[in-house]
Amino acid sequence: MSLRGFAANRNSYLIAAICLALMAIMLFPLVMSLLTSLKPAGEAGMWPPNYLPSRLSFSNYIEMYNYQAGLPLYLFNSFSVSFMTIGGCVTLASLAGFGLARFSIPYKEVFFLLLICGMMIPYQTLLTPLYMMFSGLGLQNTRVGLAIVHTAIQLPFSIFLMRHSFEAVPRELEEAALIDGCNSLQLLWWIFVPSVIPGIVSVALFAFLTSWNEFIGALIFMNKETMFTLPIMLVASRTGYYGSTDWGILQAGVIISIVPCVPVYLLLQKYYVSGLMRGAIR
Amino acid sequence: MYSTKSKYVGFAYIAPALLFIAVFTLYPLGQLFWMSLHNWSLLGGNKFIGFGNYLRAYQDPIFWSALFFTFQYTLYLTPILMILGYLFALLTSGTAGLVKLTRGTIFIPVVIGLGSSSLLWVWLFQPQIGLFNRLLVDLHIIPKPLVWFGADATLGLWGVIISITWKVVGFGMILFVAGIQSIPAEIIEGAEIDGASYWQRVARIIVPLNYRIILLVTLISAIGSMLAFEQFYIMTTGAPENQTITSVYWIYTNSFTYFKLGYGSTLSIMLMIIIVAGTSIQIALTRRRSLE
Repeated sequence: MSLRGFAANRNSYLIAAICLALMAIMLFPLVMSLLTSLKPAGEAGMWPPNYLPSRLSFSNYIEMYNYQAGLPLYLFNSFSVSFMTIGGCVTLASLAGFGLARFSIPYKEVFFLLLICGMMIPYQTLLTPLYMMFSGLGLQNTRVGLAIVHTAIQLPFSIFLMRHSFEAVPRELEEAALIDGCNSLQLLWWIFVPSVIPGIVSVALFAFLTSWNEFIGALIFMNKETMFTLPIMLVASRTGYYGSTDWGILQAGVIISIVPCVPVYLLLQKYYVSGLMRGAIR
Repeated sequence: MYSTKSKYVGFAYIAPALLFIAVFTLYPLGQLFWMSLHNWSLLGGNKFIGFGNYLRAYQDPIFWSALFFTFQYTLYLTPILMILGYLFALLTSGTAGLVKLTRGTIFIPVVIGLGSSSLLWVWLFQPQIGLFNRLLVDLHIIPKPLVWFGADATLGLWGVIISITWKVVGFGMILFVAGIQSIPAEIIEGAEIDGASYWQRVARIIVPLNYRIILLVTLISAIGSMLAFEQFYIMTTGAPENQTITSVYWIYTNSFTYFKLGYGSTLSIMLMIIIVAGTSIQIALTRRRSLE
């Protein structure tokens, strides 16, 4: 019996009970947040607090929808920054990964180190000079500016992943295409890109989660109310209701901010985990 | 592809990314050192003061208390994450449905934003209406709701540690699961035939064989904790009396609340040196792995 038979060679009821208890503990905060967000207006602030809503209501979501400039704008800010980050990471990392994996470049490993040195430097320490630079370039309070910061955070890891993806493509495929007279750009597009789709999906997934969830950069670069991304808007809204917090509305916002992450993760779990593995055991 | 002209072609492919990183990572890195030598303000009139900012950091009690607090947080949190993460990995490394479902559930909070999870937990911890407080009272663990983020910095620290454990324990777990699954079944079966109990096998065979991945995850995790910001910014707001200010929080406060950009740069460099030392060990470990 292998280690994987742990469940079988121990009291399997005990294992099942531990599993159920652990799932209950892990889900408790999320379920409570969801249920509280569905309480009728004001009920979340009532003492003593109840676990369950007296009745289901979307009034907290409606309040959140109408908060300040309106939820659609904040969602638009978050989504557009995320999609620009995905675009930047996928494009730059695919080109660089292809170049690194398939060509002999003088001092290649030096360039590679330069490209991935960002994995060593914590971006939090670069925000001060970036702030100076962006105020000079007029990139503060712009979605493009924040997308640049998020791309800079995520690009080294993306390049790392894409180099490995391209290196794994069998050489026979490439040679056949070369005999057919493809140039390198055609080769990349027709032969390599279809073969490295899993790598591209991983890069896009990590870029999305990084950008959607990123906090301190957005806090610093987006200080105009209409430019807030979702996490920043939520923190601002905490004190936004006449100085006191409406926890029901806030939990509605928390749930909205979580909604894109969890399904994306569940759908793309295998890409996420394999990307994580390659990143950690690099 | 390896023809003579291909080296220029290859370079053309890496050039866009190289340019991007040169402009938005390497140049700011140089600028950071330059700014740290100045009394730098947003409005211009920057004054070169040599290592004045470094001397100031040396004499700044909050710089030291923030650094100490960040170390303390890392020192408390990392073993909790590693031990729980490994136990959860042992529990869920199998292929049975329930076990895989548990693994997936434990991992869910990892993909949620730290800002969102902090806003979720600060509500759960709320003294009057927080449902975590109510749950602890209902389970008779505490007699009455606690004021987690009030006058007691230690309680605030533990509140953050509880929330972060919930948020990131799945990260280590998922990597440990891969480590455990990579151990050949024959090795473990052999030990089982020799009559080793389950926990003997874990202690004598599985953990030693996973030694390197455990070390790596420990480092990744510790580095993450050394860069903590959101959880304290949102949950404790540094209170009471700056006792729960972390290193990144102190950089943020100096650069973007006081706009002392030169001093903020100096603080950034000092933190960067500590982090780069940590990542260098991490890279050295992986290099040795690839040579073996």
